[in-house]
Amino acid sequence: MAHRSEIRFVLNGRDVSINDVGASQTLLDYLRLERRLTGTKEGCAEGDCGACTVLVGRLTYTGLTYAPVNACIRFLASVDGCHVVTVEYLSGPDGRLHPVQQAMIDHHGSQCGFCTPGFVMSLYALWMETPEPSEAQVETALQGNLCRCTGYEPIIRAAVAVSRYGSPASDHLNTERATVTTHLQALQDGKRVVSGPQNNLSILPADVDDFAECLLSHPDATIVAGATDVGLWVTKFLRSIGPAIFIGHLNDLKQVETQGNDLLIGAGASYTDCQDALSRHLPHLSAYWDRIAGWQVRNMGTVGGNIANGSPIGDTPPVLIALGAEITLRRGADRRTLPLEAFFVDYGKQDRQSGEFVETIRIPLPEPNQHHAAYKISKRRDEDISSVAVGINVSVTDGVITTCRLAFGGMAATPKRAAAAEQALVGQIWSEAAFDQAAAALPQDFSPLSDWRASSDYRMLSAQNLLRRFFLEHDAATAAPIQLASA
Amino acid sequence: MKDNVSVQGTAHSDRIHDSAIKHVTGRADYTDDIALPTGALHAYLGVSDVAHATLKSIDLSAVRAAPGVVGVLTAEDVPGVNDISPTGLNDEPVFPTDKIQFHGQPLFAVIAETRDAARRAAERAQIDCDVLPHALDPIAAQEAGYPYVTKPLKLERGDIAPAFKTAPNRIKGRMSVGGQDHMYLEGHIAFAIPGEDDDVVVHCSTQHPSEAQHMVAHVLGVPSNAVVVNVRRMGGGFGGKESQMNLFCAVAAIAAKKWNRAVKIRPDRDQDMTATGKRHDFVIDYDVAFDEVGRIQALDGSFAARCGFSADLSGPVTDRALFHADNAYFYPNVRLTSHPMKTNTVSNTAFRGFGGPQGVIAAERIIEEIAYATGQDPLDVRKANFYGGEGRDLTPYHQTVEDNILDRLVSELEDSAEYRQRRQEIIAFNADSPVLKKGIALTPVKFGISFTATWYNQAGALVHIYNDGSIHLNHGGTEMGQGLNTKVAQIVAEAFQVDIDRIKITKTTTEKVPNTSATAASSGTDLNGMAALDAVRQIQARLVDFAVETWGVAPDEVVFRANEVHAGAQVFPFDAFIKQAYLARIQLSAAGFYKTPKIHWDRDKGQGRPFYYFSYGAACSEVMIDTLTGEYRVERTDLLHDVGRSLNPALDKGQVEGAFVQGMGWLTTEELWWDDTGRLRTHAPSTYKIPLASDRPRIFNVNLADWSENRELTIKRSKAVGEPPFMLGISVFEALSMAVASVAGYTTCPRLDAPATPERVLMAVTRLRDGG
Ligand SMILES: Cc1cc2nc3c(=O)[nH]c(=O)nc-3n(C[C@@H](O)[C@@H](O)[C@H](O)COP(=O)(O)OP(=O)(O)OC[C@H]3O[C@@H](n4cnc5c(N)ncnc54)[C@H](O)[C@@H]3O)c2cc1C
Ligand code: FES
Ligand code: FES
Repeated sequence: MAHRSEIRFVLNGRDVSINDVGASQTLLDYLRLERRLTGTKEGCAEGDCGACTVLVGRLTYTGLTYAPVNACIRFLASVDGCHVVTVEYLSGPDGRLHPVQQAMIDHHGSQCGFCTPGFVMSLYALWMETPEPSEAQVETALQGNLCRCTGYEPIIRAAVAVSRYGSPASDHLNTERATVTTHLQALQDGKRVVSGPQNNLSILPADVDDFAECLLSHPDATIVAGATDVGLWVTKFLRSIGPAIFIGHLNDLKQVETQGNDLLIGAGASYTDCQDALSRHLPHLSAYWDRIAGWQVRNMGTVGGNIANGSPIGDTPPVLIALGAEITLRRGADRRTLPLEAFFVDYGKQDRQSGEFVETIRIPLPEPNQHHAAYKISKRRDEDISSVAVGINVSVTDGVITTCRLAFGGMAATPKRAAAAEQALVGQIWSEAAFDQAAAALPQDFSPLSDWRASSDYRMLSAQNLLRRFFLEHDAATAAPIQLASA
Repeated sequence: MKDNVSVQGTAHSDRIHDSAIKHVTGRADYTDDIALPTGALHAYLGVSDVAHATLKSIDLSAVRAAPGVVGVLTAEDVPGVNDISPTGLNDEPVFPTDKIQFHGQPLFAVIAETRDAARRAAERAQIDCDVLPHALDPIAAQEAGYPYVTKPLKLERGDIAPAFKTAPNRIKGRMSVGGQDHMYLEGHIAFAIPGEDDDVVVHCSTQHPSEAQHMVAHVLGVPSNAVVVNVRRMGGGFGGKESQMNLFCAVAAIAAKKWNRAVKIRPDRDQDMTATGKRHDFVIDYDVAFDEVGRIQALDGSFAARCGFSADLSGPVTDRALFHADNAYFYPNVRLTSHPMKTNTVSNTAFRGFGGPQGVIAAERIIEEIAYATGQDPLDVRKANFYGGEGRDLTPYHQTVEDNILDRLVSELEDSAEYRQRRQEIIAFNADSPVLKKGIALTPVKFGISFTATWYNQAGALVHIYNDGSIHLNHGGTEMGQGLNTKVAQIVAEAFQVDIDRIKITKTTTEKVPNTSATAASSGTDLNGMAALDAVRQIQARLVDFAVETWGVAPDEVVFRANEVHAGAQVFPFDAFIKQAYLARIQLSAAGFYKTPKIHWDRDKGQGRPFYYFSYGAACSEVMIDTLTGEYRVERTDLLHDVGRSLNPALDKGQVEGAFVQGMGWLTTEELWWDDTGRLRTHAPSTYKIPLASDRPRIFNVNLADWSENRELTIKRSKAVGEPPFMLGISVFEALSMAVASVAGYTTCPRLDAPATPERVLMAVTRLRDGG
């Protein structure tokens, strides 16, 4: 395989080519320290505050798409072939304030101003995608931006008003789209990129097959997909991740498509990549999905990474297990498929061999007699890690529960099915009493931990009550609303 | 509202923040954005990983040997006094010598070529210590016999003992109120540049440049005149940068002098949160006596605070909790005591409201207790206890409440929010809704304005007019987003009757205005605006004299109007007039000064007039809770707040909205959680959850009481705005409480502790359903 050692991308209006980009070098430090593009701020260095928001444009199968991401946990090597846009580029060549900027000023959207460039970038991305957003859409777009001063009200007012200041059609990212596309295409030379010092090597495979090959020759390498977990290993735990194999650019690992009665998700598909297909095929996951992290993280983070990291509090495993999902692991040219729940062996231990990676996730689509739900409990509604998450899948035939899958996160050392509670339900008549019994059985399945997110008692009680919520929500006799509106 | 339409940006107008354009374009420079001089170094703190121990030795050989390391600093390297305690109690070393007092305590600093190298090296220290038992919260500290970190306060009026004997009703209870991290988006940072002789210049993000200056001088062992501290702007402060920047300034300055190179220190967010102080947590015990209609007859309140290992500002913070334990209510007989407990946690510090919110929430809890006990609408109990009426205007600290406007303010809000009707609707809704329950509450705030340390109530300003007519404005206050610079510039624009664009607002620096007070206690505009006005008045007086002499007009014929100066019939553009004054050798520069009148405070007696005036406000919030999970949403908030005659209604509204949401965050999702080893586990935004856009009230109606004027002669009759509306977040907490109470027929006070996380709400629902 032919190699290249420079990382090449477009930064605002200029081409950049850098040699020796170590795996752990972040985009934020590069922008601030090496380019002195100090408009992009560091507020947390862990993807939670959004002060570092920049846009990254990349070529996908459908063309050049821009998305807001967190520069603090984005690795520099991973922007190879991309267009990186910072706040300094917003006003465009004529130097006039951008509509988003003017709207923010007129609505008094900044106080201390430290969060402001990040908000401006998120709102910029929103305006390009949805020029006239509803308040709810603005809130969803801003889940990854913290402001401690304003209380958000003026920012929301500005966001809703932006379209009165200008239309995205005349924005320079749109008027220059064709030029930038050609430019980025020219950067795609189909080569594997190997950059950085030996002890901090960055490897960008050319495609999935090359990825498989790279991983065979570097079985100890850190796989970096969206870096929304791995980024923190570097910025918070100062871990070294080299050699690292970056896979976020692999379009052939990002497919999201239906095959027969299944939905197939490439392990490299980001949360955002999945959103449309989910709302079409698995509508019960749509609102749940929007509560995973914030927009920037959803643009980077992958379902494959959420599974592969094996966390007991990842939000996708419980709901995917409930759906009966399977994953395919690949090593070189060999593939094997297993039910997702079998992948999670124990805390910190997954059924993944050296040199193996997660390639695809296959989700059987719901049957007509199945009732599905996905619930997440967290201290703060949005952009928070679950105290408890649950996927529920109950089949009812002639008023009797025939099969059921209840999978919980946050209740044990791994995402896990509630065997005793499931057993309590199967064969029972669809009734409140059946769900009360399932709730009563839950302590046989789990003895959850107490930590800063929730106490053991609260985890158990709310998990039990989520079963009751499920019953009420799906029972024809329920009259009053039983869940808070989502937005 | 504007006095003169032909002048831009005068007082009482909606001027944008002076840095707004720079904010949105990313061109506003914060300390971390300043270009570093050649050879600059970076410092990082090494910290303890135990909460309490005897320190035996720190082996830094591996740290020194790490790549990129230039050297280390420990207590021994402090050339002056190893102490940065802001109150002079000498209880807070830069680096400790013999004791570790909290988990995450800075023990040494590494100086390296890059921040990354310094940070990595700091992990390599070998700390040898004997671990001791620790006490993390005020109750554990009391049980372990820990001392106070500072002298407690007692406020007493009337006689509680007979009242308790005769009163028909009496309730005792306890409330725990959590602390709060400031979570300013820009963390701590200091950057020192060594100069000749003893000199050092420190750029940093502090609310209190003068104190940072004095502390740097103190630790370097040099006079204050060798040290300059500069602050252009902060990315938020909220009290967290009042005293806490001292450490970072000291480390940067010591290292800069030692290696004769510029040194920057910027902790990671996790270290910022674990190594710097927060809002004080309180455990409040109350014993209240009241009559049949719910009028309070006597109150005995005890306020124990988690102060951390040193005093820092805990004295005035716990004092202010007592000063606000009455909130808006008259207590005929009262005794309030503070217990500023030493704990093995980071030393807690100032935070918007400065102990006041913890006092106010206690008062509101007591009101709630009485309401549930007497079966009344809590608003009626509130009104029955408001200050006002014959002999009902004396506070527990013996200051007379002279400017109370709550009757009008609350009844206006009650009407505009349709409180009574909605409360009825909510009760009806709850009766038919088994899972979702609503609550509504209307809570007031009365907040005392002035530093209780009377000498802090002074300020200076410096105004120059250059001979081209441009104006340079400097004052002792610092800009942290509140728009102080904008407001002071508006005051100057108004006084000279010139467009605000003519005025350049410059960084705060100890070189221009000495001995300033912290920009805190909501006092920034009150003090610095007056000082700036004093400077303007001095220059104006000279200009009037000059015009009288030159054109032979009477003094009152010299008028500043619409970017012009009139001397009788003669009219000059402002800059032409200034040019003439310059040629006539008129001094076009003045230092202004202000001190707040009327205030005095005798702490030992617990009597005086600590506050120049009070600010008032009220909010009505409606919430909905899910009784299966404890999750909730704030459906609507209506808010009416008093800022006197607003200098800038747009900026004031921004302060009110921001404060409300921050107050709501304190009482809902912001939870500080220490594990058994004394380690703070909610240490960054990943684990510590401040409100997001989606948490703000679904409907949010915010208004200023535009009819209000300060009775006192404050700047343009305005009132301070920074802190008071923070306490209106309590309306959300009380509304949650009502929603919880609904599950037991509104007969039991839910006694929610703060923060009311979904977990606390669900557990309270369960407790009430189970009958207790
Ligand atoms: C601010 C923030 C908020 C978050 N909120 C949530 C939340 O609400 N809910 C939630 O569940 N998670 C949340 N997360 C974590 C979530 O974003 C990650 O778990 C994400 O899904 C991981 O995907 P990634 O592509 O970023 O993985 P990476 O960080 O790149 O990798 C994660 C792990 O998976 C491995 N890996 C990645 N891809 C593969 C593959 N194809 N095969 C084998 N191994 C692989 C990596 O080597 C690594 O061990 C949050 C993260 C952040 C920063
Ligand atoms: S710095 Fe906070 S999200 Fe990147
Ligand atoms: S304006 Fe200060 S954090 Fe948003």
